[in-house]
Amino acid sequence: MGAARVDDVADRTQFTEQAMQYAPQLYSAALRMTRNSSDAEDLVQETYLRAYRSYAGFEDGTNLRAWLFRIMTNQYINTYRAKQRRPVETDLDDVEDLYLYRRVGNLGALSRSAEDTLLELFTDDEVKTALEELPEAFRIPVLLADVEGFSYKEIAEMMEVPIGTVMSRLHRGRKAMHKKLYDFAEQRGMLDAGDDEHVKEPTNG
Amino acid sequence: MADCNETIRELEAFLDGALSEDGHHAIHSHLEGCTDCLQAFDFHAELRTVIAAKCRNDEMPPGLLSRIEQCFNEDFDGDGRIG
Repeated sequence: MGAARVDDVADRTQFTEQAMQYAPQLYSAALRMTRNSSDAEDLVQETYLRAYRSYAGFEDGTNLRAWLFRIMTNQYINTYRAKQRRPVETDLDDVEDLYLYRRVGNLGALSRSAEDTLLELFTDDEVKTALEELPEAFRIPVLLADVEGFSYKEIAEMMEVPIGTVMSRLHRGRKAMHKKLYDFAEQRGMLDAGDDEHVKEPTNG
Repeated sequence: MADCNETIRELEAFLDGALSEDGHHAIHSHLEGCTDCLQAFDFHAELRTVIAAKCRNDEMPPGLLSRIEQCFNEDFDGDGRIG
């Protein structure tokens, strides 16, 4: 049994070395989930503890990053609900499709290229706030999809909800977030320049 | 090939990489020939890049990594339990 124990320690060392590289991503995501740094730290630490304890349940070949995010999402949802002692908010105003694009997408005045425009149109804090202000049921799928790049199926597994639920929450959550971004840009007067500018009609050859 | 309505309707799933191979191809073909829809696609693709970049740049508090590693080290007697 001694040999097995040595192997186990070696595996765990390798596991922790591999897992630690995701700590910055997990911390950022934890901040978006909990919305404060002290809870985010606790959540990340708890996630690693749980991962370490249940390492035996981690199947080789499984995506380590997805596994860690699953543990963290699970932990957050359970802790949050226990802490808040109130029902999960699920209400969200309906926003028309392509809300932000229809108002900002053609804004000629600001653009050198689409990339510069959008990158400069919103501050880091505005984008973070727009995401963090979504109710939990929408915030988590938008975070996992648009920030962390997970698939519908992965998110459904992490949140333990059906794929169809993930899709509809993503759709509504994104629209609400985009509307919030528009409101921020408008408040800062970033969109005024567009008023006098005629939208350039696309020319079809 | 998909038309404009279908392309806009499926844009989100297209960006999510969630369409079937045929569905993906239909949207892709349309985008190649339609300036308006391509502009909508570019906007949303770029928006995602910007959102992702701005939402994952937080600095970890100093000491968090070492606190995590300390938890691991406490189990290095190899009994599978912390502390």
